[in-house]
Amino acid sequence: MDVSMLQRTYSDLLTSLFREGILNQQFTELQQLQDENNPGFVFEVVSLFFEDSGRLINELISNFNQQAVDYKKIDAYVHQLKGSSASIGAEKIRSVCQTFREYYDKNDIQGCYNCIQPLNQEFVTFKSKLEALFTLEQQIVAAGGSIPMMRH
Amino acid sequence: MASYAGSKSTGGEGSSREPHVLAVDDSLVDRKVITSLLRKSKYRVTAVDSGKRALELLDTEPNVNMIITDYSMPEMTGYELLKKVKESSELCQIPVVIMSSENVPTRINRCLEEGAEDFLLKPVQLSDVSRLCNRVLR
Repeated sequence: MDVSMLQRTYSDLLTSLFREGILNQQFTELQQLQDENNPGFVFEVVSLFFEDSGRLINELISNFNQQAVDYKKIDAYVHQLKGSSASIGAEKIRSVCQTFREYYDKNDIQGCYNCIQPLNQEFVTFKSKLEALFTLEQQIVAAGGSIPMMRH
Repeated sequence: MASYAGSKSTGGEGSSREPHVLAVDDSLVDRKVITSLLRKSKYRVTAVDSGKRALELLDTEPNVNMIITDYSMPEMTGYELLKKVKESSELCQIPVVIMSSENVPTRINRCLEEGAEDFLLKPVQLSDVSRLCNRVLR
């Protein structure tokens, strides 16, 4: 495939991720940390996030499916997830975690429960979009091109 | 999940000249981010996942110029780590910075009163680190 087309697709995808609120400014911060001394940083930290959060979300879901739900434990998991999603700029995930914690603070069990499916959905969406982004990066580099820089 | 990740600085010589920062955070993702933030600012970084490991390291490694620690950690909070550092005659001179994702004024004040150098809200950014290190590490 033509490099410039790949680059265009990449820029469009990245722009849309910000526009849709899937990513926030913190993601740009991470991109700025990537350099010749730290060339795979964004991919590495996002991959860690995929693993870490995937695990947390599975724990959340299985905890919710138990007879006696341990809400304190669940809140602790959501707190962790909120922290790590904020650290990488995964805005929608962070936002659902925030909503969950607001319900938790008000002892609104139904509200908490209603957040779990959206949380999982946002995670699945985030993962697939970022994987697509990284694939495009790899394709651009393999075709001898450079990754377009976003201007904010 | 512990890592003494990063006792070697990446891509640099003169690691004995660069200030050495000990980063403490139980979150794997956050550890990676804070490590990169500090390294981008040209500091040598060692990252550990708990207060306990931080104290173990401080026992054996004399040259730590700053400690930056998350507040909310299981077993030993950042505040408890701060207290232990400030109570130690060997360690009390080391500046300690606390990071937290929650903006709780009473928490912030308590840390500052206990001798924390600064309190950063997460997510920590490059500008926070530059500003901090310019002030704390010269």
